[in-house]
Formats: sequence, structure tokens, C-alpha cells
Amino acid sequence: MKNILLGATLALSTLLGPSLSFATDLTFWTWRQEDKAEYEKLFADFSKVNPGVSIKFEAFEATSYNTVLSTALAGGKGPDLMMTRTYGGMESLAGAGYLMPLDKTKVPAISGFSEAALASETMRSDKVLYAIPAASQTMLVVYNKEIFEKNGISEPKSWDELIAACEKLKAAGLMPFANGTATAWQNETIVSALTSSIMGKAFYADLMAGKTDFNDPRFVTALGKLKEISAYFPEGFVGLDYASAQQLFTSGMAGMFAGGSFEIANFAKQNKDLKLGVFAAPGLKAEDEKLVGLFYDSGFGANAKTKDPEAALKFLNYAASKAFGQPFANNLNNVSAVPGVTFESPLLAKVAELNQHSIAYMTLVNFRYGEPTGSNLIQAGVQKLLNGQATPAEVGKSMTDGLSAWYAPFKKK
Amino acid sequence: MLSSKLTGRNLWIAALVVPPIAFMSLFLVYPILSAFAYAFYEWRGLVRGDFIWFDNFYRVLFEFPFSERTINAFSHNIFVFFALMVLQNGVGFLLAYCLWRELWGARFHRVAVFLPVVLSTVIVGLLWKLFLHPLFGAVNVSLRAMGLGFLAQPWLGQDSTALMAIIVANAWHMVGFPTLVFLAGMQRIPSEILDAVRMETESEWVKMSKIVWPLVAPSATVVFTLLFVGAFNWFELPYVMGGIDGSPHGATDVLGLYFYRTAFGSMSASAENFGPGSALAVLIFLIIAIVSSVITIRLRKREIQL
Repeated sequence: MKNILLGATLALSTLLGPSLSFATDLTFWTWRQEDKAEYEKLFADFSKVNPGVSIKFEAFEATSYNTVLSTALAGGKGPDLMMTRTYGGMESLAGAGYLMPLDKTKVPAISGFSEAALASETMRSDKVLYAIPAASQTMLVVYNKEIFEKNGISEPKSWDELIAACEKLKAAGLMPFANGTATAWQNETIVSALTSSIMGKAFYADLMAGKTDFNDPRFVTALGKLKEISAYFPEGFVGLDYASAQQLFTSGMAGMFAGGSFEIANFAKQNKDLKLGVFAAPGLKAEDEKLVGLFYDSGFGANAKTKDPEAALKFLNYAASKAFGQPFANNLNNVSAVPGVTFESPLLAKVAELNQHSIAYMTLVNFRYGEPTGSNLIQAGVQKLLNGQATPAEVGKSMTDGLSAWYAPFKKK
Repeated sequence: MLSSKLTGRNLWIAALVVPPIAFMSLFLVYPILSAFAYAFYEWRGLVRGDFIWFDNFYRVLFEFPFSERTINAFSHNIFVFFALMVLQNGVGFLLAYCLWRELWGARFHRVAVFLPVVLSTVIVGLLWKLFLHPLFGAVNVSLRAMGLGFLAQPWLGQDSTALMAIIVANAWHMVGFPTLVFLAGMQRIPSEILDAVRMETESEWVKMSKIVWPLVAPSATVVFTLLFVGAFNWFELPYVMGGIDGSPHGATDVLGLYFYRTAFGSMSASAENFGPGSALAVLIFLIIAIVSSVITIRLRKREIQL
């Protein structure tokens, strides 16, 4: 009898609980399980400023995150707040009407964000922003400072200097680059990391304006130079997978790794003694503007059907402020998209500085909206190029022809 | 009295039969049927759109870029089937024959041959990736040590060798299975028949091709059919060794990878193409169901009752 009474009281209190308090519990979904502790601190800070609103952190496996999220949202069981992917990944959510549309009246701080950042979370069809851009990633060259110093090499200013640096490292019995291309997507990252400066801002602008395509000599030259520099990749690099390539770099057997800024945290974790530096791969001549490839990889969005839109907007305003961006950068090693954020880590500060001179990581940013994607085509094309089965011009042509299946500006030609 | 007994018995039977049937229906029949249905709808992400008849099938079979990928993946599955038929079932038969004839070390080899089968496919994939590592892999290192350095290849990085390398890894992994099945078949051959043969000939070749091979036909039916199903469901090993995109440039792409990539998306794909993905799943299912039934029926006919 006592037990039944106790049970009934408990049941009653859980039933009445939410209606008795005025607190709002919002759920937040992400694919970054490893960042849980830090997010909970950020959420606690948020609750201090916004009493009565608490946020619960839930993480899902990264590769199936979008599937899990869209299934839950379709079934009306989605979270109130969520980390969103960018570009096509965001559009598949926003296009289905799951995300709360945002504008300057709802989140005034977005007017300070860069255009490229906002574009990553803006749907192309209705030009509406659906999430607050969170962080960017940069395609560049990561190098081993100790190896560079020991061999008297400084950051190369022209393509010839880069080749000379490679020759020096090779003569010293080291691998100049650690990169391998057996893992398909690595073929895409090396193009952006090594040849953005050769393609140049003008090429990207013309491409976006529909004035040119991938048959453009600037793009073909870039691929030719990629083929040239691949002579300084490890022996048999076409059969070397991503993880092995990373190991060659972290074990100090290679001087450079062409890839994304996301490698930095990874490398530092694998070998704490590694002294890392980053630079933008140079253009052909020393006076050419040195460019990195830039893309945004995540954002913060709200469920269009959240039970408390006001509280959700409060969080999005917080996510767009320096109060969030600063610890997000310092403690989670992100290149935060929030304007005015400064970077404690000298490496991140350098990456942020390089970002001032960038073009988009275009195959991801602009050509991943239909099948075949620019990514599919460039990966296959570069693998053929590096295996000696295609010329740079053939790769450019296959990309243009393939994309013309869905990319309107290429269709006319 | 009798009826109540029967009810009890029936209840008992029902209690035993219903859970597995419910389980099978929920986790096997229902998903297969719903995949059939999904294939006829338009999908936007995971939101179901209009009923579009055979459009998804048309896209997968005849529309660029899907058609190209379908043909590429399909031809690889066929190649894998025939290559494994030789490397896995053929070698398996020979190994079984050697074990059955009790050549030197048969006991040890019986265990050794079967041991890789119990390893997880993921472990085998990673192990072979290490063997085939272009710089430090056992294969290239031994080739160089033997002065055959010119034969050292980036095995998994070129279209001429990548698929074959994965097939060899699969054969190494699974050869113990057909060996075991054939060996069991050989051990069932009555000794009178073998004694009779011994009076006619001493030739191992005649014994193997004219006596043993026809008499292990039931075993052959089993391993051939399972190999066909396995070759068309091939996923784990190419996924671990070549990646979801069938690197390099689709040279190791097979229907399983292609289906997964299409239906659920990959890092390099656009949004999920759930409709064409479901259509692919249906096609794979139909191919396997039809061809394996034909194989089974044809092969059953040549089996001899012992």
C-alpha cells in the first residue's frame, strides 16, 4: 500500500512537473559527441543570462547524422535546436520546411557575418538564411616547422620556391609531401589546397558568373601543376590511403601535408611534439595573390515547429554573438564564423589570417547539388590524372560535361 | 477431452511458431516489401512525394550518371563472381581434395585453411590493406627483398590491380568455407565406390574428375549458389579496402556500395537519392533471387543420389 501511494505521488509529480515550473527545456542535436563537455559549459553560460531556458545536449554518429535528423524531423520528433550541415546538406532540411527561416530582425548580429559564411546556410532557391554559420575550414598546406628549419626552408612564395623546397627535402631523405590519393576524397582536397592560387580569384569569379567552365586554361594549368607537384608525393602514393598519409606526416617522415585546417587538431592529437605551421600554396609567380580554399562546415539552426520559438531564437542570437564565438574558438579549436572573434592559438590565428585571401572550395561549395557532383567528377578525374590515364584538359572536359547534366550555366554550351 | 488436449497442443505450437514468424515478418518481409513500394515514389530527402511508376528504375538503368554507374558496378559484380569461382571455389575444391587424400600435414592444414573464415571481414580488410601498403606493406617489401622491386605496385590505387587485390583478399578469407563443404561431400562418398575405382585406375586425375567431382555435386550446388549471393551482396571488403566511392575512380565499385551511396548519401554525393537507391535495392534483390533459383534448379539436376 505504501509503495502504491509512493508510486502514485511520483507519477503525479512527474505529470505535473513541467506545468508547475516555468522553465523551458530545449534539446540540441549535433554530430560532435567529443565536444559534449564544452557545449554543456556554453549552455550553462547561456542559461545564466537567460534564466528559465535550459538546453540539453544530444549527439549522433557523424556519417548518419543527416539521415537521423531528417527522419526525426519528418516524424515530428526532431530537436528544438540543432547543428546543421552546410550547402546541400542544409538545403535538404530547409527545402523540406524543417528549419526556422531567419533574418536581420530575428538575429540582428548576422549583418556582421561575411557573405561567404551566410551563403553556406542560405538556400539558393528562396535566398533565405536558415542557420547561423558556425565554423569554417580552410584548404591549405600544413608543414612540420622543425623539418623546415633543419633544412633551411622558409614558406615558399612562388611555385618554383615550392619545388625547390621539395627538392631540398627529397635530398635530405625525407618525403616532401605525405599525401596519398587512394582515398577518393583526398583527390579533391589536394586540388583546392595546392592550386587555389594558380586558379586565382578571377577564374572563380568568371566561373560563378557563367562566363567560363572547367575547360578554362586557368583550371587546366592548375591541374597540370598538381600533376607536377605529385612527383614529390610518397612512392606509390596512388595506393596510399588517408590514414596512412596522416601517419607519414605525424611520424615526421614527411615535411608537408596538403589538406584541410581540420587536420591540425588531428595531427596535434596524434603527436604532441609536432610543431606545425600552415601556409597558402603559392601561385606561379611570387607576386600572385596567395589563396586558400575556404568552406563552412556547420551552423546552428532551429526547428520550424519548436515548442518555444522565442527561446530558440534567444539561443541563435547567442550563437551569433562573440560571447559564444570566442569560447567556441578557444576551447573547441574552431575557426568561428562570428565576426570579431580573436584566436588564442597562433595556428588558428594564422588560418584566420589566411582566410582573408581565399576562394571557395568550389567543388564542395558550388557543385554538390546534383548528380554527378563536382566532387565525384574531380575525384575520379584527378585519380586518372595522377595515374597517367588522363590529361589535365581531359579532366577539365569531363567535369564540364558531367556537370552539364544539372548545372544550368554549363548546359548552354 | 480430446479437443482440449488439441487446443493445448495447438497453443503450444502457436507459441513456438508465432514469435519467429512475427520476427521474420517485421524485420525481413516488411522491409523488403516496403523497399519495393519506396522504389515507386519520388523522394525529397526522406520525405515521400508522388507515386511515379517506374521513373526511379528508368533513372537507374538509362539516365546519366546513374546508368553509367549501374553498368560499371554490375559488371564488377559479375567479374567478382567468376574470379571468386576460380580463386575461392576452385582452389577450395583442390584443397579439399588434398585434405581428403590426407597428404602430409592434413590435420594441421585443415585448421589452417579454415582459420581465416572465422575472422571478421573488417579485420581481414584492414590486414590486407596493411599487406598491400605501397611503402611498408608485406607484399611490396617481400618483392623488393627478392629483387623484384619492379613488380611492386600501389595495388589499391590503380584500376588495373585494385579490384583483383580485393578479390584475392576475399578468396584468402573465405576459401576455407568451400573447402569444408567439399571435404564433407567427399567424406560421404562410400568406400566401395573408391575401392572399385582403384581396381580400374591409379590416375588421380581420373579419380578426381570422373568420380569425386560428380559425386560432390550437392556440395557444389551449395557453394556455387552461396558464392553468387555473396558476390552480388559484396559490401564489407570493398568498403574497407576501396572506400564507399569505389576508389580509384569507380574501379572497385560494386552494386552494394553503389546502392548504399545512392540511398543514404556519402561525403561526395549530393543529397540522398532515396528513390533511385530503393530502385537499385529492388533490382539487386531480383537479380539475386532469379539467378540463384536458376542456378539451384540447374545444378540440382546433375546431382546424383548416393
